[in-house]
Amino acid sequence: MNVVLAKTETGRALSDAFIVARDRLPGTGQILEQRRQAFDAYERAGLPHRRLEDWKYTDLRALMREVLPLAPAPDAAALKHAEKTLKQHKVRGTRRLVLVDGVFAPKLSETADLEKGLSIRSLREVLEAGNAELQSQLFAFDVSNPMVALNTAMMTDGVVIEVAAGTVMSQPLHVVHIATGSVPAAIFTRSLLRLGKDAGVTLVESYVAADGAKAYQAHDSLVIAIGDNSRLDHVRLVEDSAEAANISSAVVTLGAHAHFNTFGMTSGASVSRYQANIAFAGEGSRVETNGVNLLNGKQHADTTLFMDHAVPNCASREVFRAVADDRAHSVFQGRIIVRPDAQKTDAKMMTRALLLSDEAEADNKPELEIFADDVTCGHGATTGALDESLLFYLRARGLSEKEAQSLLIQAFVGEAIESIVNDDLRELAVASAIRWLEARA
Amino acid sequence: MPAVQETVERVRRIDVDQYRYGFETLIESDKAPKGLTEDTVRFISAKKNEPAWMLEWRLEAFRRWLTMTEPQWARVHYPKIDYQDLYYYAAPKPKKQVGSLDEIDPEILKTYEKLGIPLREVEVLEGVVRPEGERKIAVDAVFDSVSVATTFQKELKQAGVIFMPISEAIREHPELVKKYLGSVVPTSDNFFATLNSAVFSDGSFVYVPPGVRCPMELSTYFRINERNTGQFERTLIIADKGSYVSYLEGCTAPQRDENQLHAAVVELVALDDAEIKYSTVQNWYPGNSEGVGGIYNFVTKRGDCRGNNSKISWTQVETGSAITWKYPSCILRGDNSRGEFYSIAISNGHQQVDSGTKMIHLGKNTTSRIISKGIAAGVSQNTYRGLVTAHRKATGARNYTACDSLLIGDKCGAHTVPYVEAKNSSATFEHEATTSKISEDVLFYCVQRGLSQEEAVGLVVNGFVKDVLQQLPMEFAVEAQKLISISLEGSVG
Repeated sequence: MNVVLAKTETGRALSDAFIVARDRLPGTGQILEQRRQAFDAYERAGLPHRRLEDWKYTDLRALMREVLPLAPAPDAAALKHAEKTLKQHKVRGTRRLVLVDGVFAPKLSETADLEKGLSIRSLREVLEAGNAELQSQLFAFDVSNPMVALNTAMMTDGVVIEVAAGTVMSQPLHVVHIATGSVPAAIFTRSLLRLGKDAGVTLVESYVAADGAKAYQAHDSLVIAIGDNSRLDHVRLVEDSAEAANISSAVVTLGAHAHFNTFGMTSGASVSRYQANIAFAGEGSRVETNGVNLLNGKQHADTTLFMDHAVPNCASREVFRAVADDRAHSVFQGRIIVRPDAQKTDAKMMTRALLLSDEAEADNKPELEIFADDVTCGHGATTGALDESLLFYLRARGLSEKEAQSLLIQAFVGEAIESIVNDDLRELAVASAIRWLEARA
Repeated sequence: MPAVQETVERVRRIDVDQYRYGFETLIESDKAPKGLTEDTVRFISAKKNEPAWMLEWRLEAFRRWLTMTEPQWARVHYPKIDYQDLYYYAAPKPKKQVGSLDEIDPEILKTYEKLGIPLREVEVLEGVVRPEGERKIAVDAVFDSVSVATTFQKELKQAGVIFMPISEAIREHPELVKKYLGSVVPTSDNFFATLNSAVFSDGSFVYVPPGVRCPMELSTYFRINERNTGQFERTLIIADKGSYVSYLEGCTAPQRDENQLHAAVVELVALDDAEIKYSTVQNWYPGNSEGVGGIYNFVTKRGDCRGNNSKISWTQVETGSAITWKYPSCILRGDNSRGEFYSIAISNGHQQVDSGTKMIHLGKNTTSRIISKGIAAGVSQNTYRGLVTAHRKATGARNYTACDSLLIGDKCGAHTVPYVEAKNSSATFEHEATTSKISEDVLFYCVQRGLSQEEAVGLVVNGFVKDVLQQLPMEFAVEAQKLISISLEGSVG
């Protein structure tokens, strides 16, 4: 819809912010031009609002109101602060890569003794070095999404990971986004993960806040390219501060006979949106997308998945579970498109929402768009409260109301969590869910 | 399994020209000047001898319409409609004053006979053409912009049921019309509904008094005959406390190369303990095999379960129209009210269907059920678009939705766009959707037992839509079943 809106005060402030920030953003020449174009695209559209179909349930004009100015680069105190936070979020057996306030922190990261075939660089390094191929991949995002356009214009840093053909890594990579700022500011990051043929890796992403970091905005984007016969396991945990906003997107492409297993859990952030576009580019590939929202207070979390079956003989599974308490609002939009020649597609999507309070809201929009006839596609969506008879059964066996609820909620989200293959990571997700339940009780 | 070569060939050869109701009736007609201005609205209002308040109502809608833009969100594509290039009113020129059915232009009667719609109630009453056991149906026949005949008026009057063209109701029962018209679909509702409010010419009006079970099925038969004419009918049905009415609607149009516009509004009001059953068999001309011509069907249908324990049920069989844009909805306002939507939407050739329903749960313990079956063949696009929503105070709301799509051939598309919104924790919503093609195994099994390929497909399709067909009144179910086989003829191998 072409709604032309007068630029708001905050809109003008931001366009000044872009001019001011330009010197701090890596890349010159063509990159700067691409940034400028992306910023123009964002400026034309402004913050997305509910009149745009894709943002129908997540009106950022009402929820976020404005885009904050770019966060300052972390100083020594901030890094120290981040180090303390990092201790609480270490995941055993992983290689840590840390971004503090949107800037890669080599001192906090483990970049020494890389396995053969693994390359890790910061986004700043890559943009400044001028590698045309990597750069074109980094700019592969569709700027018709205003938040992606904004991210393209403002991205400050990130990690660029390359896994060479034939490299199967046993040690997972853990990218930790830490926000430390006590002043409200916005963080813009973009990362890239490239897997060659016959490669394999596990990627964990965490979004966390240091003590005292409150009303910040994390704008992140991730580009993933999975080569033929490769496998990527991906776990994403959003545990931002309860006043923060997290607006993220991902673009994933799969080669032939590739496998992508992804799990995302959102328990933090006041406003969050995760939009993933997953496209099949080669036959015989498979994607499993699983997600859990655990929300309370006035949290708003939106997961928007776009599964693009462009080629025949691919399979996709989406399992999504939302739990909303208090006045929380959970949104799931899933769209499966089966393009004209994508015969033998097998796509399933199941989304379920659990409302724990009369003021909570869950909106589901599972869409199917099918242009090929020899396919099996289906979706299901349910919404409801906890089953009274199950609660009664547990109460009769001596559990308290809260304990009984916790047990049932755990089982409810467990269906999505159990898809995580790596035992440690699955435990991590379970622990995170239990923490949320305990905080509730 | 991909479609066998034979199937593909047949789909290619698909012939939508089998439309059986494509003839034209040659009669003189009285038309409003082409185009749409305030004068057109005044002209229509004057033709209908409407009171001043009605004209004002129309003009207000017209002024509002001028500020609105045509909605673009549906998955249908068509060239821009030039609203100034249409006739907004066409009525068969009366040869003389019409007093009884015998005085209606015999050409029109013949038309309805050809369509199989019995207007000659005498014969029907005497049982001359009535097969044993067939129920009586009162018919209101709408030809282009006006209602030409309403049968069984007397018998209905005895029961206290008012069933008449809406233009007459405006004159004879202004208090009822004033109270309910636009109360379900307000004049500002959407582009097409607003247009309709400004220029609607005729339609049916039904009022069933408290506690009355309407003694027969009521039916309207819509026929577009005139060239370049838009048909804008308005139907208003009110079921007062504890009453019941079943209403059937059928539509056809002649075969023409140009596209014709049909923008109707249907409003249903069910008060306490009342029930309305609304069935539609929509078979407007779908255009030819090249996608030329056909009706653009932009319809707003909405039922308001205003009273407690009320029930509204929509059943539709959509086989016609080049473009269908139609979402019969239920507003479940009363406590314990119930809404139902049963739909079969078949698209073939170049047809585009974007249809579904809205179930808006406002009252306590409201329930709704949606069964939608979409069948796409040829190069058509068939979309189900539905909304189920429970508001804060709708405790105990329940919905069950099942929408299944069947694809016949690999050039067509089937889409599902459901919106499920729950703002109340005690709401229980279940939604499921599947898309598949007819299983080759099942077809093989049938053919092996001596059925032709076409019969086998017919059997499978009928099984697929059975849940919905069962909801139709008996006479309609038979017609619908025939229609389904006609619509799919030539599309399957």
